[in-house]
Amino acid sequence: MLEIQDLHIRLGRRSVLEGVSLQARAGEVLAICGANGAGKSTLLKAVLGEVPALGLVRLNGLDVARCGAAELARTRAVLPQETEVAFTFTLGEIVAMGLEAGDFFDRPDVRTLALQAVGLAEREGDAFHSLSGGERQRGHLARVMAQVWEPVGPQGPRWLLLDEPVSSLDLGHQLQVMRLARGFADAGGGVVAVMHDLNLSAMFSDSVAFLIDGRLAAHGAPSEVLQTDLLERAYGCRITPDRIPATGPWFLPQTCEPPLGGGVPGMVMSRSY
Amino acid sequence: MTVSLSSGVIIARCSPARLTFGLVGFLLLASLLSLSTGAAGLGPGELLRALLGEGLSARDRVVLYDIRLPRLALGLAVGAALALSGVLLQGLFRNPLADPGIVGVSAGAGLGAVLAIVLGGLLPAGLAAIFGTWLVPVAAGLGGWATTLLLYRVATNGRRTEVATMLLAGIALSALAGAATGVLTYIADDRQLRDLTFWGMGSLAGATWTKLAAAAPLIGFALLLAPRLARGLNALALGEAQAAHMGTDVQRLKRLAIFATAAAAGASVAVSGGIGFIGLVVPHLLRQVQGPDHRRLLPNAAMLGGALLVLADLVSRSIVAPAELPIGIITALIGAPVFLWMLLHNLHLRGR
Repeated sequence: MLEIQDLHIRLGRRSVLEGVSLQARAGEVLAICGANGAGKSTLLKAVLGEVPALGLVRLNGLDVARCGAAELARTRAVLPQETEVAFTFTLGEIVAMGLEAGDFFDRPDVRTLALQAVGLAEREGDAFHSLSGGERQRGHLARVMAQVWEPVGPQGPRWLLLDEPVSSLDLGHQLQVMRLARGFADAGGGVVAVMHDLNLSAMFSDSVAFLIDGRLAAHGAPSEVLQTDLLERAYGCRITPDRIPATGPWFLPQTCEPPLGGGVPGMVMSRSY
Repeated sequence: MTVSLSSGVIIARCSPARLTFGLVGFLLLASLLSLSTGAAGLGPGELLRALLGEGLSARDRVVLYDIRLPRLALGLAVGAALALSGVLLQGLFRNPLADPGIVGVSAGAGLGAVLAIVLGGLLPAGLAAIFGTWLVPVAAGLGGWATTLLLYRVATNGRRTEVATMLLAGIALSALAGAATGVLTYIADDRQLRDLTFWGMGSLAGATWTKLAAAAPLIGFALLLAPRLARGLNALALGEAQAAHMGTDVQRLKRLAIFATAAAAGASVAVSGGIGFIGLVVPHLLRQVQGPDHRRLLPNAAMLGGALLVLADLVSRSIVAPAELPIGIITALIGAPVFLWMLLHNLHLRGR
């Protein structure tokens, strides 16, 4: 169980999160959605203890702020939006780092299994720098999954915390990665993912936490939260939901003109050269 | 065993056992060459006899035990310390261009050493006696520590280190330490000036067991501490935040790495002056051959650094025998072009 209670975060004068409370259960995928700057990534960072926050975050009943780094690393693994790798490590070495960070340092087979899961088994000996952007993102996902390879450990469920895990992936690999996250949750682990893609969120998550301007605007099943009026308010554009049986709602933005309620202003091009 | 640059695709690496074997062999070879070469005419034949336990003349015994052996031991210790501090700094800054000489750590350590030489006389006699021969190395270590700390604050934001910022900060810190060293030289008296000149030559000449004893504790401390930091330094290659998510206590890692760097660089600067580029070239060579894994890089760098410095010392004292070329000239002749090449390559890869 991941519990977030009354979380407030200020960065300088700006209040980024105001009184967010929510819970995520193991065995489920929680998608955190919202417009750019709504506070999604900040919320995830607060869960990680990366930014000073007012409030309480508990993972499996443990106060995250009081846990040691090594203890947390065995309970949850984190995929950030971007990770720059220094030096010429191979993909296999990068994945092995994840292996050693968690409980699976004596399971060298996990390295290959994790790479197979993201479809990069043949690239194990390649220099990480030589991979494409999407391959790097999947390579990091393999490392993160190797860290919490078994979704349930002796200390309780393990957690995958993903910050925009599909941002640089093509359609096929987006589905592959979301299926991996879904599979991790179905096997008893917990998944929290910051997502931009509402369609994928609707397809793969059990619940959606929707942030608008640092407040939790809605939290619940995707079909309840992802309502047209909320989305138009959040994104400032007209949205046409379309329902396809068995897969849930698909959202297609129709047009960005005219702006709604002062959300996104009309495109103004002013260049002077 | 092919070697690939970071722009290459598949990386083939030398097997760890074979590399260790080769390095140990190279180390022994360099040591024996160093012991059996010199102005006093004690050659390989005599050395072999001494190893076999047969008698040496009194003169040869003095040459071997009081001149060549301490020089060899100091060379190994200083070379290992320089290479080790290079690996640690590079791991800390996540950048292969960090070298204690280039980024100002050696200059800071030098300032500490000069401070100790010039102002050491002002210390209460009791305090000076406690430190004794360790006063200069400890002061150099403290100077190196302060510089590394300052450099870290200026040059990196934890996610990445801008090469230009790091190198420019190094120039500024070197200049600052140089200016302060200049002021101290100005106010030094004649005896201290003689000490300073002797110290600043950057050479293993005048190696004694006393000098070795002064540097050994700090270098030994760094050598023992470094392997414990290896896993954390590997994780740090993914950035501070990721390293923390992977269970590394990043603040502790940084503290210890800076401490070990300063101890190793400080001690070597204190006994041999500023010998540059060993900390740059050795880790670079090894990364090409065995990859960047710090668990093997740290011990291997210590071995290769020791062996290379002993060889450089050998060249420096035989090339213009019976005179000696300062060893810093030899290491710079090899190291500076390598540094330039790496800089070009590095910029090409956009600071990666």
